[in-house]
Amino acid sequence: MGLDFSVVPAWMDTILLGVLWTIAITVTAALLSFVGGILLAVIALYAPWIVRQPFRFFAWLFMGTPLLLQLFLIYFGLIQIGIDLPAFVAGFIGLGLHFAVYNSELIQTAIIAVDTGQMEAARTLGLSRTQALRKVVVPQAVRDVIPPIGNNMIALLKDSALVSVIGVTELTLSAQLAIGRTYRPFEFYLVAAVCYYVINLGMEAVLRRIERRIALSR
Amino acid sequence: MLDFELMWRIYPYFLQAAWVTVQLSILTTILGLACGSLGAAARLSRHWYLRMIGATYVSLFRGTPALIQLFLLYFGGPQVGIQLDAFEAGVIGLGVNIGAYMTETMRGSIIAIDKGQTEAARTLGLSRFQAFRKVVLPQALRLMIRPLGVNINALIKGTALVAAISVVELTYTAQRYIGSTYKPFEMFLLSGLLYMVIIYIVGKGITYLDRKVRLT
Repeated sequence: MGLDFSVVPAWMDTILLGVLWTIAITVTAALLSFVGGILLAVIALYAPWIVRQPFRFFAWLFMGTPLLLQLFLIYFGLIQIGIDLPAFVAGFIGLGLHFAVYNSELIQTAIIAVDTGQMEAARTLGLSRTQALRKVVVPQAVRDVIPPIGNNMIALLKDSALVSVIGVTELTLSAQLAIGRTYRPFEFYLVAAVCYYVINLGMEAVLRRIERRIALSR
Repeated sequence: MLDFELMWRIYPYFLQAAWVTVQLSILTTILGLACGSLGAAARLSRHWYLRMIGATYVSLFRGTPALIQLFLLYFGGPQVGIQLDAFEAGVIGLGVNIGAYMTETMRGSIIAIDKGQTEAARTLGLSRFQAFRKVVLPQALRLMIRPLGVNINALIKGTALVAAISVVELTYTAQRYIGSTYKPFEMFLLSGLLYMVIIYIVGKGITYLDRKVRLT
């Protein structure tokens, strides 16, 4: 069959729109996973037993099963109980929760590693336990784990390709749409791969800047 | 609430699918370790062009989604003369992909061994290769086991991707039964538990290996 890249330019609009959706779902899911990761970490460490255990079970389940399976569960499961979410929202929740669990593991370790003197000092100064956590302990812990969380976010970008399977028209599905019309899988998947690679490079550059900022603020 | 009767009726199909997932995982691990060893050797080579090839391999395969790599191989392969069935494409696609991650794991463990070890071995009259094989590598292998275990854990969950090219493994089976029974939670539970069992057993194996080499 051979390769023929001359069909690609006509589909560049579709592909670039896909790039935008990929960036959109990556950024929103990354934010959810960051905030969710902090909440899950605090719950796993400080919530009463009865609250903590269900969350631990949820985390254990999410760490031990594939993301693709979780996306199917969330997308079809919510329809099952009568909530018909748009694919984008289901993908955002699935990606965000999956990586929130991974981030939470990192943040938990970091919270434990923050010197206990910090908590004691904050309590002595009259802060409540919640205030001390929110204003003293958690910010320090989060700062310490920004680099590994950044790695998780790079993984999230690549895993965002999976939401194509539940029908989110991001980069991968856009390439598939073009392939469906042109029957040129090699060309369009290669174009998609190049796009992902470029987004990946951009994201790494941003993360490096953030890391340098944090290193300076110490 | 949950339809246990249905789960009891169809669990044999999930067991069969789990066996496919196990086969995929084993073959992918073997291929990944092979690619990782070659990649690490290239990245640590004395020759700049080998180092460049190794670095390019890692960068390209870690910089793009595994799903795209798999699609490129399976759907795009025939255009460039590569005809594979879905299972073969799955093993090769996932194996080469995880190989890039394993390259970095192995390289990291090797360069973590103190330079003095190589220098001492060289002073004692061992060749560069002998020093690597008899002094550095045995120590590095011990360091590698745990992080390679993390790679393998990710790989087992990563085998779910081949559902997208219609290999009848656990995730594909779950998806098919969700479609025909409209019971997503039951199907998630069945397949999820089987993934957990596989990952648990592999995890135990890694811990055992790790403890064993640490004692000697």
